[in-house]
Amino acid sequence: MSAEVPETASAEEQKEMEDKVTSPEKAEEAKLKARYPHLGQKPGGSDFLRKRLQKGQKYFDSGDYNMAKAKMKNKQLPTAAPDKTEVTGDHIPTPQDLPQRKPSLVASKLAG
Amino acid sequence: MNCPDESTYGNKADIISTVEFNHTGELLATGDKGGRVVIFQREQESKNQVHRRGEYNVYSTFQSHEPEFDYLKSLEIEEKINKIRWLPQQNAAYFLLSTNDKTVKLWKVSERDKRPEGYNLKDEEGRLRDPATITTLRVPVLRPMDLMVEATPRRVFANAHTYHINSISVNSDYETYMSADDLRINLWNFEITNQSFNIVDIKPANMEELTEVITAAEFHPHHCNTFVYSSSKGTIRLCDMRASALCDRHTKFFEEPEDPSNRSFFSEIISSISDVKFSHSGRYIMTRDYLTVKVWDLNMENRPMETYQVHDYLRSKLCSLYENDCIFDKFECVWNGSDSVIMTGSYNNFFRMFDRNTKRDVTLEASRENSKPRAILKPRKVCVGGKRRKDEISVDSLDFSKKILHTAWHPSENIIAVAATNNLYIFQDKVN
Repeated sequence: MSAEVPETASAEEQKEMEDKVTSPEKAEEAKLKARYPHLGQKPGGSDFLRKRLQKGQKYFDSGDYNMAKAKMKNKQLPTAAPDKTEVTGDHIPTPQDLPQRKPSLVASKLAG
Repeated sequence: MNCPDESTYGNKADIISTVEFNHTGELLATGDKGGRVVIFQREQESKNQVHRRGEYNVYSTFQSHEPEFDYLKSLEIEEKINKIRWLPQQNAAYFLLSTNDKTVKLWKVSERDKRPEGYNLKDEEGRLRDPATITTLRVPVLRPMDLMVEATPRRVFANAHTYHINSISVNSDYETYMSADDLRINLWNFEITNQSFNIVDIKPANMEELTEVITAAEFHPHHCNTFVYSSSKGTIRLCDMRASALCDRHTKFFEEPEDPSNRSFFSEIISSISDVKFSHSGRYIMTRDYLTVKVWDLNMENRPMETYQVHDYLRSKLCSLYENDCIFDKFECVWNGSDSVIMTGSYNNFFRMFDRNTKRDVTLEASRENSKPRAILKPRKVCVGGKRRKDEISVDSLDFSKKILHTAWHPSENIIAVAATNNLYIFQDKVN
């Protein structure tokens, strides 16, 4: 019985090594999972798609902003963390976050 | 492996977002992130310079779209031109469709080379004349003037898309066109701007069940009832508008079977189709996903006819490419006029061409350092591992911020336009 255990362990190890050699994709996947253990169970699923559909969404509520400013006084307002998880509700946008109307009268350099 | 912000390479607004030749190849239009369109026109070949091929010069430029903010939905609407499509020429004026994420516009580009002179009520500078001084009547005469090219918006097709428009396609009936966003496709008549027909709707009743989005759509070049659309899951659906008003049920479904043992976290992302194009003959469709270009026969749904590797060496870099978002880059693909060669872009300002007949392929580079006017482009090679030869570039030295997403091929000649971030390159076949 004690002789069987090391055999199966090495068979699994061997398969893993084979995977890495034959599939660079799987090796890359392992790397990613090591860096982001909380990455969604459903890869490329609805989380990813919904983020794509929400592109360009910016929220600004002047009431929230002024309340937060009053509460915080001198402290900095919280900003969104630049990582891969969705942040909702914690981030209070500031007027600087909103798009400015850009000057559109400048000609394209291709036309110059 | 860093993917620096594009703005480090000059003005962000100058980044070219679409390139398209018109049906004769006489005109070439580019759209950019700043919402501007620049149209180039090919020089007429003059008799005394027969050996000199026509070059493309700036013909017209205009601001097509402006940035907007949807206050109701708190949504920023970029002015970036996603696609330009030309209408076939039917009179002296040129017409094109340009679109950003939400609004499609029909632009008329026309020439003016005469102007009326000798008005009764206005003087030559346009100032109104004192009626008391007008004692005689004269007829204004048309006099020649310096050529002026004007662009005017003729139609604005707005408020029909909840999601972001990724494609527009002019129908072969020249009366209608379609616009596709992530979840819906609408059919428009060029004359009517306040109505459009919804022909495809894949929005699930419960958004939690969303599994795929529409990534590109195109009408068949000859059959006005047929169109295709591609999805983020790597599938293509062909629909026939004669079958029903809402084409939610496809006529044909193209999907390559996947080996389940090869599946990884990245499989679905890299199978997402970023572009779909009918061949000029209408018999084939070409699709581009992250690592390959595939040619499908319309009569064979279960697998592609041909598969070409664009940059397979990136397979061992997928983790970094996911982290810097490059894995979501949307590359386009194009056919040459005779459907014998296909072309698509890659990183490091490289672009690839595949000859479908000889099965030969080439990698070329669009960069100022490596090409002087009239110089011949030298083929490039990426070295995958082991010893790197002198001229080769190793995968780790590739610049992932220099991506060629948009290219165009002249409809009948070997002239190609390649957009490299904020620069446009036009390459022509060598003249003997």
